[in-house]
Amino acid sequence: MASQTLTTTFSALADPTRLAILARLARGPASVKELAAPFAMSGPGVSKHLRVLERAGLISRSREAQRRPCRLRARPLQEVAEWTEAYRRFWDDSFQRLDGYLETLKTKERTHGREK
Amino acid sequence: MAEKNRVGVTTFSTPSDREIVAVRVVNAPRQLVWEAWTKSEHLQRWLLGPEGWTMPVCEMDLRPEGVWHYSFRHRDGTEMEMRGVFREIEPPARLVRTESWGGDWPETLNTLLLTEEGGMTTMTVTVLYPSKGARDKALGVGMREGWSHSYDRLDRALAQTGVPVG
Repeated sequence: MASQTLTTTFSALADPTRLAILARLARGPASVKELAAPFAMSGPGVSKHLRVLERAGLISRSREAQRRPCRLRARPLQEVAEWTEAYRRFWDDSFQRLDGYLETLKTKERTHGREK
Repeated sequence: MAEKNRVGVTTFSTPSDREIVAVRVVNAPRQLVWEAWTKSEHLQRWLLGPEGWTMPVCEMDLRPEGVWHYSFRHRDGTEMEMRGVFREIEPPARLVRTESWGGDWPETLNTLLLTEEGGMTTMTVTVLYPSKGARDKALGVGMREGWSHSYDRLDRALAQTGVPVG
């Protein structure tokens, strides 16, 4: 489990502005100015968030043009989704199996009886 | 709280900043459920998560300060470890122990509470994290409390645009 990567991704996602930026980028690349538009926030304010997202590998920024559009990179997101899902499924699937196993144990008890 | 819980459904909640609670009702008396949780030969049969996992190692020194250690193995070769120390043992009602998954995941204090009513047992598993931050990481930035909505939206947006992975 790449837990270090996951920790970085989780921290990057733990902010509503950054989630909104990612949701916007899911529709296609955008410049810093375009990303800043929906928020009451300065360009540098948004840039700070973009740096966090970039460090977490959630976005990439092209070096070429002056516009430097940002693009979404989906793999870390997928890892987070998979891990969160895994946490819940671990318990849910285990308990599901326990239901069946307890039935087996009850049947055994009825058949063989118990000491106490 | 209890009246909401039905057999076959796991209810997750976050009653405080540092906890995750999973509640599940099973159709069996408490003594039997206690044994299913505290005897290796039983636990190895069900505490396995999704399909494909086995638990080749299941050691429990069931006494205060006794060590426990589970090692899981997936058929694809992936391995996962859990270990910790028992703190309080009150059969067949309450089991408190520390739990650690290794790596940089924090050690948690886990309490299993078993209550019986009419032959049915309610299992309440409380996982206490050292901080809210650590808890929220485990939740995936909060599967409750509105975060999930943003995240669902993001998921949908990703699905719609078919963003290439990588």
